[in-house]
Amino acid sequence: MKFSLTWLKDYLETSASVAEICDALNAIGLEVEGVEDPAEKLAGFRIAHVLTAARHPDAEKLQVLTVDTGDGNPLQVVCGAPNARAGMKGVLGLPGATVPANGMVLRKSAIRGVESNGMMCSTRELELGEDHDGIIELPEDAPVGTAFSDYHGADPVIEVAVTPNRPDCMGVHGIARDLAAKGLGTLKPIAMPAFSASGACPVEIRTDDAEGCPAFYGRVVKGVKNGPSPDWLQARLKSAGQRPISLLVDLTNYLMLGFGRPAHAYDLAKLSGAVVARRAKDGEEVLALNEKTYTLDSEMVVIADDAGVHDIAGIMGGEHSGVSENTTDVLLEIAYFDPARIGATGRKLGLSSDARTRFERGVDPEFLDAGLDLLTGLIVELAGGSPSEVVRAGSPPSAAKVIAFDLDLTQRLGGVEVPEAEQKCILESLGFTVASDWQVTCPLRRHDIEGPADLVEEVVRIQGLDKVASVALPRVEGVARPTATPQQKLERGLRRAAAASGLNEAVTWSFLPTWAAEHFASDQPLWVLANPISEDMKAMRPSLLPGLLMAAKRNADRGAASSRLFEIGRRYFRAADGLSDEKPTLGIVLAGEKTPRGWQSGKAKPFDAYDAKALALQLLEAAGAPVANLMVMGEAGAQFHPGQSATLRLGPKVVLARFGMVHPATLKAFDVDGPIAAVELFLDAIPAKKGAAFARPGFTPPALQSVTRDFAFLVPAGLAAGDLVRAVQGADKAFITGVRVFDVFAGQGVPEGRKSIAVEVTLQPDEASFKDADLKAISEKVVAAATKLGGELR
Amino acid sequence: MTYITSQTEAALAAIAAADSLDALEAERLETLGKKGWVSLALKTLGGMTPEERTAAAPAIQSARTAIADALDAKKTALEAAELEARLEQERIDLTLPALAAPRGSVHPVSQVMDELAEIFADLGFAVATGPEIEDDWHNFTALNMDETHPARAMHDTFYFPDKTADGKDILLRTHTSPVQIRSMLDQGAPIRIIAPGRVYRSDSDATHTPMFHQVEGLVIDKDIHLGHLKWTLETFFKAFFEREDIVLRLRPSYFPFTEPSVEVDVGYSTEGGRRIVGGHGDANGHAWMEIGGSGMVNARVLEFAGVDPAEYQGFAFGLGIDRIAMLKYGMNDLRAFFDGDPRWLAHYGFSPFDQPTLSAGVGARA
Repeated sequence: MKFSLTWLKDYLETSASVAEICDALNAIGLEVEGVEDPAEKLAGFRIAHVLTAARHPDAEKLQVLTVDTGDGNPLQVVCGAPNARAGMKGVLGLPGATVPANGMVLRKSAIRGVESNGMMCSTRELELGEDHDGIIELPEDAPVGTAFSDYHGADPVIEVAVTPNRPDCMGVHGIARDLAAKGLGTLKPIAMPAFSASGACPVEIRTDDAEGCPAFYGRVVKGVKNGPSPDWLQARLKSAGQRPISLLVDLTNYLMLGFGRPAHAYDLAKLSGAVVARRAKDGEEVLALNEKTYTLDSEMVVIADDAGVHDIAGIMGGEHSGVSENTTDVLLEIAYFDPARIGATGRKLGLSSDARTRFERGVDPEFLDAGLDLLTGLIVELAGGSPSEVVRAGSPPSAAKVIAFDLDLTQRLGGVEVPEAEQKCILESLGFTVASDWQVTCPLRRHDIEGPADLVEEVVRIQGLDKVASVALPRVEGVARPTATPQQKLERGLRRAAAASGLNEAVTWSFLPTWAAEHFASDQPLWVLANPISEDMKAMRPSLLPGLLMAAKRNADRGAASSRLFEIGRRYFRAADGLSDEKPTLGIVLAGEKTPRGWQSGKAKPFDAYDAKALALQLLEAAGAPVANLMVMGEAGAQFHPGQSATLRLGPKVVLARFGMVHPATLKAFDVDGPIAAVELFLDAIPAKKGAAFARPGFTPPALQSVTRDFAFLVPAGLAAGDLVRAVQGADKAFITGVRVFDVFAGQGVPEGRKSIAVEVTLQPDEASFKDADLKAISEKVVAAATKLGGELR
Repeated sequence: MTYITSQTEAALAAIAAADSLDALEAERLETLGKKGWVSLALKTLGGMTPEERTAAAPAIQSARTAIADALDAKKTALEAAELEARLEQERIDLTLPALAAPRGSVHPVSQVMDELAEIFADLGFAVATGPEIEDDWHNFTALNMDETHPARAMHDTFYFPDKTADGKDILLRTHTSPVQIRSMLDQGAPIRIIAPGRVYRSDSDATHTPMFHQVEGLVIDKDIHLGHLKWTLETFFKAFFEREDIVLRLRPSYFPFTEPSVEVDVGYSTEGGRRIVGGHGDANGHAWMEIGGSGMVNARVLEFAGVDPAEYQGFAFGLGIDRIAMLKYGMNDLRAFFDGDPRWLAHYGFSPFDQPTLSAGVGARA
């Protein structure tokens, strides 16, 4: 809401400065969003007296003036205005001043060889009007040398943000009331222009929807003369950012902006029959004042006559029956509408207006008669005409809320001690009635007051939140207790482990383009937004990989040699009950060069599936997963290279991770160059450690040295190395502590359909060193285990 | 005896002149070898009378010692020279680059969330979480914003076409406040939690992104009032920015879920185009900046969350994590947070070893 200081002072008797008023507004919860002080714009412009005026020696249209700015040293100024002449008084911009209209900074200069020490200004140049035919001419008695802003009476404009709970402050008068309560001055009684009403209202007024429109008051004024509004009214509306239209329209706007009270004026000549507040018929149409046609339904309240709808009640008037220049007879409407219904109608129509903003938050039910009289009086005073008596249909809500208030609550909830008398005074100055037993009756305009806590807020905000002193929260004895959950500890640890592995943590959008989400979707339907901000942010991600792939693509497009990205976040699925099932996940994308070309390493090397496997295992180990028990199995998903990807499982069903090379078709879909390796860790599948104590199991490093033996087996080409390793590992559980593949070979010397796998087996003796016979026995077991898998010792 | 002396001098000269271990070995054989003249001379001592032996032995013995010492010394010198020559051969250009291990980083949002958790843990707050795909009961209704509430419209909510089984709208949470409701329903009172996480609003411009991060704080207990709220936020900001001159200003405001509601401003100054938090906002060269919303939890919200407002009361606050991260660590573009550009992540991200701790100060300096 914007209003000028002058307008505020219409209602508030105060000597406070603009700065004091702004501080008070902030302090009571009417946040000042800006102050526009025209005096600042006009800094450096002074009233000047033109002493002499002579033709410029080198320019026909210019004159050389000497002007007195009050300090006794007349200045020479070159001026092109036709009305510049000796003896006149005008406004001089001194060097250093900024011309408001164009931002030009004035300086001492030479114009066609003649020195000029400033500029005589036009109305337009100072943004005070449109006139640019000549320079401003001030009256004889204008005080030479005075700052023009002082003389002109520059009026600061204050803009405040009114929170939605305070419709009573959506008028300047309400703001004045709050400021008066804060002690910034005295609220003046509303000046009601006198008029005399005569005769019954000639139009029948009715409300056929007591729930949607509980009260509809009206009055006819005949013989008015519409036209431009007087300057004072125009100035006030302009300060609020409203364009003056015509007297009748401006006065209804004045009532709304000045008192938070929307009203409507109909051109009586365009109405026929009774004017009724009723529900719209389904499909009924109205051409509103914004020149758009709206189709209504039976949940919406309208004002209509025999001919049709003239007004979307409480939101916007109709084009057809609005007042015009030629209007002579008006019907004034002032009504009370159900706030919830106004809000619902506005949302459904997608139509906002100043009236809706006020009605849906709740206007003052006690300001119907006074509002109508004020509007009538101003019309009669400024546009003439003779008003009828008021006709009233229905009645506005009148039951005041009464709250039993416990004074101590101000301390208990607000944390500030306020004496009883002061609390009473604050509440009364805001219009509450305080009985001796502290039953507090609320003014009807305060729809926001629901209970004692609201009264605490009133007291505390007027008293000043700066009076609230900090009080320490009680804390537990001793050192603070740990609070992190196992899941939180898991994520924190994994994040730092991943970063320590050389990966950069990214945070990507939770939503994806639908195609990208679908590419990674499971068999479940995706969560797709009904009202996305763009097609690129529409479907909730079923995997962390698409977002990371898109980031890798952006990086490659920017010329990055590589992207090593990870993200810890949620994948969005559906639970059995149809609600959200959000699974914590770690995603990794490795794109571009693993190692750049180098003098040692030669050509740049890309990432491969083993890089992905290494990270997957390393991070699973960091997460506390039983890495030694994991099985490498297939079915990483269609987004992965079928021959270069795998899952890591705990048992055949529980998938802890998938990893491998991204499928070329996926690379193509994401328009990114490969090869790219990727990993996804499913954090919800990692089993939690149960009841682990601090103490580790007992352990003493073996005293005897371990020995190693090498074996090379010819095995079927299709045998998974992991199966051989597992078999060898299991050949003698007592002594074999490690099996490492050190060579895999096929080709020359190896029969067709076979491959050679060489393993180094580590044997750890326990009580006594191995004897040859012991080693022989173990070796035989190893060979036997390999033989079972179709292997033969080379 | 002159024979021995001259032989010895000749041998010592030859040893000194030897330029290789092979030449030295040849000289050793000449002198101390089985057939060497020193060995032979020593053997002659056996055939001498004691008197002769006493006379001859010292010269021979001293010749042997001198030659043996000389051989040893020369051998050591030659070996050292040889090693030196070999090492010289092995010289490499260490101005050539070594292969650098890639340096990873932790995202500023995660880092700040860890800082929040650390500070608030000391104040007795646990970290709570909740779903991001919410229903409108938890996101709005239970927070005292019924369907017709004008504040709902101010939230720029993303909706899904889906409904819950009982017909509630499903949406992306617009704030972390629904976690308040869920936590109270789960745990009851008293309770102290923070709830950091992703939130969503249908809003996008230079300073807004449709997804951003918020942290919610909630304290419900028996005698909690606005003074505790003020202390908690002051204490947090002092620990977070690691400066004692944090000044907060509370301003009355309106949130449907709190009553009274207060907006929290923090005093700051501007240095080199950057906002530096600290100092009184009304002091010279300082101003106030809005940093969060808060208030005493509305009694209706407590009722919705199953807590008896006659027995319990408390406060809640909400802060923008991205925003306080920017204020602390100097980022100026929110959109870059979500881009995944390794250059930005390397510059503004954190070492994995910058784990926030109270003893080291939760912040990581540049």
